[in-house]
Amino acid sequence: MQKSIKKYFALFALPTILAFLIAFIIPFILGIYLSFTEFTTVNDAKWIGLKNYVRAFSNQEFLDALWFTVKFTIVSVITINVFAFLLGLLLTRGKKGTNLFRTIFFMPNLIGGIVLGYIWQLIINGVLIKFDLTLTSSATYGFWGLVVLMNWQLIGYMMIIYIAGIQNVPKDLMEAAQIDGANRFRILRSVTLPMVMPSITICLFLSLSNSFKLFDQNLALTAGAPAKETSMLALDIYNTFYGRTGWEGVGQAKAVVFFVLVALIALVQLVITRRKEVEN
Amino acid sequence: MKMKKWLTLMLSMTLLAGLAVGCGNKEETNTGTNGTTGKTAKEEIYFLNFKPEIAETYDKIAKDYEAETGVKVKVVTAASGTYEPTLKAEIAKSDAPTIFQINGPVGYQSWKDYTLDLKDTKLYSYLTDNSLAVKDGEGVYGIPYVVEGYGIIYNDAIMKKYFALADKAVPYASVAEVNTFDKLKAVVEDMTAKKDQLGIKGVFSSTSLGAGEQWRWQSHLANLPLFYEFKDNTSVKDPVQAGLQSNEITFKYGKNFQNIFDLYTNNSVTKKTLLGSKTVADSMAEFALGQSAMVQNGNWGWSQINGVDGNVVKAEDVKFMPIYTGVAGEEKQGLAIGTENYFAVNSKVSAEKQKASIAFLEWLFSSEKGKKYVSGELGFIAPFNTFKEEERPADPLAKEVSSWMSKGLNTVPWTFAAFPSEEFKNSFGSALLQYVQGGLQWADVEKAVIDSWKSEKAK
Repeated sequence: MQKSIKKYFALFALPTILAFLIAFIIPFILGIYLSFTEFTTVNDAKWIGLKNYVRAFSNQEFLDALWFTVKFTIVSVITINVFAFLLGLLLTRGKKGTNLFRTIFFMPNLIGGIVLGYIWQLIINGVLIKFDLTLTSSATYGFWGLVVLMNWQLIGYMMIIYIAGIQNVPKDLMEAAQIDGANRFRILRSVTLPMVMPSITICLFLSLSNSFKLFDQNLALTAGAPAKETSMLALDIYNTFYGRTGWEGVGQAKAVVFFVLVALIALVQLVITRRKEVEN
Repeated sequence: MKMKKWLTLMLSMTLLAGLAVGCGNKEETNTGTNGTTGKTAKEEIYFLNFKPEIAETYDKIAKDYEAETGVKVKVVTAASGTYEPTLKAEIAKSDAPTIFQINGPVGYQSWKDYTLDLKDTKLYSYLTDNSLAVKDGEGVYGIPYVVEGYGIIYNDAIMKKYFALADKAVPYASVAEVNTFDKLKAVVEDMTAKKDQLGIKGVFSSTSLGAGEQWRWQSHLANLPLFYEFKDNTSVKDPVQAGLQSNEITFKYGKNFQNIFDLYTNNSVTKKTLLGSKTVADSMAEFALGQSAMVQNGNWGWSQINGVDGNVVKAEDVKFMPIYTGVAGEEKQGLAIGTENYFAVNSKVSAEKQKASIAFLEWLFSSEKGKKYVSGELGFIAPFNTFKEEERPADPLAKEVSSWMSKGLNTVPWTFAAFPSEEFKNSFGSALLQYVQGGLQWADVEKAVIDSWKSEKAK
């Protein structure tokens, strides 16, 4: 087996490597290059050094969007994971209808972001209209609307990962804890939680990076209204790149900064939660 | 184990096959075009359309043109409000648009590397007024293809009903007498008071302020105060030029903007706080269904009014009135007439494609068949001398524009061609939204407009 893997390595890996090169590595390098240039379309770039980065960071909208994104990410990562974990616990108890509920909770994840955004825009506006308000009345509505939307979409997905983790906790460990006289809460804290740490690592990583990169839901739900107060980083980058003539390079620079941020945060989080994982 | 091995092998084979098919396709199309160049030179024209409301008509035109000349025309339409992003993405491709649109001198500045000089084309010679074209030095880089007008569209049936009321509070007997802001305001407010008698929900259709739906206010309505401001600049004769040369504005007629904007929102079908979720289509539908008596829009809005299911407005009742804002001497003000649609031909595609593109445009605006499409289905008032008087569009609003032009009033040019950027318009629009929702005072809006103009010009 080992030998044949080595033998066919090139055959199996080549398509993926090619796809990875074409769809990721080359555009990525090109993107970094473009962030140091001035251009209208990607074919006519002129090198201007760091000027784009200076403009990006002196652009108040970018900093506002960054702050909004950070706030949103903190709130939604916490809520998503807490709810997903609780649901995971609830749906591993062997209660009646477990499978049905698992399916139902997972389903929102199958709908695309733009559609979700418009669905929730209708729902939220439908409620707010009773108070003569709309989603654009205040950035607060947009913020919580996004949090609710993101929760709705991701809880089911994270729940599945937690369920897998919880089901993998060895039965004998639980029994031993019970015999030792630990109550439910104690078991949860000292046995289940450490044992599902790998799931927590994955879920935190997924919800964190997804929240940070949120784009289509943001575009469909509020499109940044009122006055760009609810535009997140990805939307701000899109608007800078496509919406403002002469700012294409700045948009590119923002995108590079964005990448570095997401990568850094995700790496730091991975290192921290990995450390807490115990060998099974 | 064996199963698994087979599965992986098959999966990778399908992947490879997929790649191979992808490449194969491309080759096929290549040989396809090469094969025919020998005989009829099948050049493909790529037309990037700016107006979603007439996309279907362009598809029909493309089909007809191909049937007649054998030249394939590919029409791609950008979704509402996304023309610039679409153009930016499309023009970087190897199969770039050969015909695209620029929105005047400001748009020309960002696309000047891509626009072909059209000075020697027949199309340029067809123009009734050569000064309408976008020029740079000796060259002609954008050719306007449609003259449009906007103002307040009103439903004459409702207005007649109102003026026939015994207890109306104004001394006027018809819309023709309403020719200043004060008169309009008196009429509108009295109509609001009697809206149940008139059977309407509000005098004005919703002031759409959703994202991407604000252009009627941040471009069209904003045109009026800024036109008057630039007109006051006596050192430059043409207000558009004056605007282009102004690095700062004072928004001197901001109060006038507020006048009419408040009138719209105070007498609207929709409550002020709900305007952020309204679209242009909503407000045109309200007008078409007879829920409102007036709506600010241009002659292109006719297709929308006409296309609404269950519409109750008769064609002969759809009329135009200028937008009065309370500026001195506005009795002599007409509709706002101009264009922001200019054809440009991509200078970076092959010479054959350029030639084919120009030929297509010339066909569209000078052949019998093309002209029929232009005035009949596109509803364009084309500024070309190839059109005879009877070949002008027959829709009621286009006719209204022509008749207002011949009334001897001062038409308001489209000064917003001089607005510094989309960003300026958008920040104007979001300030307006916050103003109607009570988040900003009017003075804040004026400040936002002045600041945004300055910062957008400075970059």
